[in-house]
Amino acid sequence: MTEIAIKITVNGRPQEAVVEPRLTLADFLRENCRLTGTHLACEHGVCGACTVLVDGAAVRSCLMFAVQAADREVTTVEGIAAPDGTLSPVQAAFRDCHGLQCGFCTPGFIMSLTALLRDNPDPTDEDIRVGLSGNLCRCTGYQGILAAARQAAPGPAEA
Amino acid sequence: MKSAPFGYQAPTTIAEAVGLLAELGDGAKVLAGGQSLIPMLALRMAVLDELVDIGRIIELRGIQRRDGHLRIGAGTTEAVVGADPDVAAAVPLLTRATPLIGHFQIRNRGTLGGSIAHADPAAEYPAIALALDAGLEVVSTRGRRTIAAADFFDGFWSTTMEPDELLVAVDFPVWTGRRGFAVEEFARRHGDFAIAGACVGVALDDNDRVTRCAIGLIGLGAKPERPTAAEASVVGVGVTDVVADDLGRLAVADLSSIPSDLQGSARYRERVGAAMVSRAFTAAATEARRD
Repeated sequence: MTEIAIKITVNGRPQEAVVEPRLTLADFLRENCRLTGTHLACEHGVCGACTVLVDGAAVRSCLMFAVQAADREVTTVEGIAAPDGTLSPVQAAFRDCHGLQCGFCTPGFIMSLTALLRDNPDPTDEDIRVGLSGNLCRCTGYQGILAAARQAAPGPAEA
Repeated sequence: MKSAPFGYQAPTTIAEAVGLLAELGDGAKVLAGGQSLIPMLALRMAVLDELVDIGRIIELRGIQRRDGHLRIGAGTTEAVVGADPDVAAAVPLLTRATPLIGHFQIRNRGTLGGSIAHADPAAEYPAIALALDAGLEVVSTRGRRTIAAADFFDGFWSTTMEPDELLVAVDFPVWTGRRGFAVEEFARRHGDFAIAGACVGVALDDNDRVTRCAIGLIGLGAKPERPTAAEASVVGVGVTDVVADDLGRLAVADLSSIPSDLQGSARYRERVGAAMVSRAFTAAATEARRD
């Protein structure tokens, strides 16, 4: 099948490649860009481990082909810390609150929660539970993750 | 978990897209948000020669209020539908059902038209389109036609669209007067496809008599179902005289192809479905009485 030349801006840097149409965005990030922070588990949209931001919207990168992301901006877990390495508030909260054990699902949770808290800075526990229901964790029992979400939430916007 | 190879086209206009569908024939499939099609490709339940990606067609997106109708472009994402104030005012069932579709990450990619054209019997939008008598506008190189929702859903994942036709917009009739709407679903986990569900619209006259009742059944057949006998049974009846549980039982009485699997037997789903109709009717009636 005909390969297609694409350019995707990943964490602010343009990445160009010639790819098969069937290459998922997740595989493009991991194999073409060597950004292996985006994890793949189920590869059919159930587990949420591969969640990234595309033009700011949290999406499953296994349910998008790289060709569909051409000319868009993608942010991965490698792209949310400060340039000096200071963790983002969500990343720091996961460390502080024991929001991870093996760490496999963590990048997906971090990206989902980053989008969730940007759009809803003062979520209820129910908002957090519903918002994270599309990410699966098999270690923590979720309580540390919920605590991290509460800590990372900026709280009500100041008037 | 990797798709078989396929060719890829990304048209930017409807005319270009339907031209490609006509030219490529049966081996081609429309790729909308991909939240159902891409898993099917990954699991190789579907192997296709060509995908025609309609995600770059701007004219497929948008929401417009027209006299008596709300028209939603087929390429509008579920996230946009769920958050739109015009949708909430005109077709509240869509607003209330949207949070039940997958998870927010899915709704950021999945589209209204993709969900309806995929025609999963357990999905929310097809049942709402059916219950509300939506019009499905399809285009091909042969022209444009509108298919009534009652004639659109043909069977499991199957519609009466021809392979060269593209669903471009859905017209939802807007109910006026005293009306109420509700969606009820039972799923084992948030975001899963429901074991059974129902969406209900109820309209009342000034004396609290039911003037209209619309019911869409979710996950209770090979396609979304509409129990017209149950709907008719409450029209003209004072809303406080309707026994919601009886309506629920009647709504599922004539179903012939309720799925049966590890999630639940057909008999179990029938009982859950009856309860969902009962709850949704009660909630919709309560809202209509306050309207």
